[in-house]
Amino acid sequence: MDKAKFEYLLRQGDNALILSQQLSQLCGKGPALEEDMALTNVALDLLGQTRMWLTYAGELEGMGRDEDRLAYLRDNREFRNVLLTEQPNGDYAMVMVRQFFFDTWHFFLMRELLNSTDKRIAEIAEKSIKEVTYHLRRSGDLVVRLGDGSDISHARMQAAVDELWTYTGEAFIYDELDLAMVEQGVAPAAETLRTAFLQHVAEVFEEATLSMPSPDAYMQRGGKQGRHSERLGYILAEMQFLQRAYPGVEW
Amino acid sequence: MTEAIVTDTAQVWAWLGEVPDPEIPVISVVDLGIVREVAFEGGECVVTITPTYSGCPAMQVIAEDVEAALHARGVDKLRIETRLSPAWTTDWMSEAGKAALKGYGIAPPVQQVIDISGLKHGVKRHAIQQPDVACPHCGSHHTRLTSQFGSTPCKALYQCLDCREPFDYFKCH
Repeated sequence: MDKAKFEYLLRQGDNALILSQQLSQLCGKGPALEEDMALTNVALDLLGQTRMWLTYAGELEGMGRDEDRLAYLRDNREFRNVLLTEQPNGDYAMVMVRQFFFDTWHFFLMRELLNSTDKRIAEIAEKSIKEVTYHLRRSGDLVVRLGDGSDISHARMQAAVDELWTYTGEAFIYDELDLAMVEQGVAPAAETLRTAFLQHVAEVFEEATLSMPSPDAYMQRGGKQGRHSERLGYILAEMQFLQRAYPGVEW
Repeated sequence: MTEAIVTDTAQVWAWLGEVPDPEIPVISVVDLGIVREVAFEGGECVVTITPTYSGCPAMQVIAEDVEAALHARGVDKLRIETRLSPAWTTDWMSEAGKAALKGYGIAPPVQQVIDISGLKHGVKRHAIQQPDVACPHCGSHHTRLTSQFGSTPCKALYQCLDCREPFDYFKCH
């Protein structure tokens, strides 16, 4: 088994899964009906993408773990999502800024993965990128509308940007595992993604009248290696409750 | 007397053309472009389907409906495969399917899919033209987007500015 690739697939699947779960928690709580539907639809797309990644991971591992076992029966330290995805929902500015950062990185990653030497990864990217493009257009629109909105919305958006900025670098800090994937032509180089990410964020922020913190600021890290914030435990407690309390239950 | 084993792909396609989409029952899974291939491999019928949106909950129901429809017509040896690439696009929707959607009150997708090759240089926010969506009720092109997402992953919400009716738009994908 290609252990590095298995881990790489978990990273992709867990990013989508944890963000999907967080967005799902907002169901019925959106600030407007349209936003509520958008949040849950994005959550649904991400959940579908999770299934493709984790199914492939389970098959590659060859230990009989399917998507459900990987999602519901792993513990905190076995999750490989970046810390950005587990940041609290907070106010709507936090939700949208987190989404915009995620969508921007996600879009450029999927675009590069279309050329992955792993055919199945390229197929998953091809399936995902149309959905991700739609997500990015929406979150970019909202960042502009709220950033260049009222004094209050602008202040809240800027506060969310400043709060979350330190979580935007982890995806571009490559460890040995990421580098092995680059070596094999499975994954794109960090710098390719980082350059595209920073450029897009700068363009949208300019239009949104938001100031962009320094790209050279200290960046939080650890999620990809399984070192998470306390928050992930609460997310998993809710997400995994049913399978933990009633193992193997189906309906 | 046993029935003859069906090995005619055209017949299977015709039967699948009668399987409705579970969410939008006026359109069949064939008209929607979900069925990609029908083949026979040593007496076993292999139907290849592709998901519309990766998280669409209707996909499992569609697979079950396809299975039930073919079993009911005597196709006993059946396998359903899922194919991701090329990714499903609304360009695969048949003209009959689009007409049926319109009759049902859903504006059909405009022939303008997201071109993946065009995304190579990033996403220019202002280069994105809103599609010209006609009202399925009065035909007016004087419409506006009210919500980028609707009741299912494949739809957005619009309103006609002439007859004032709100309606679903089946998004280009």
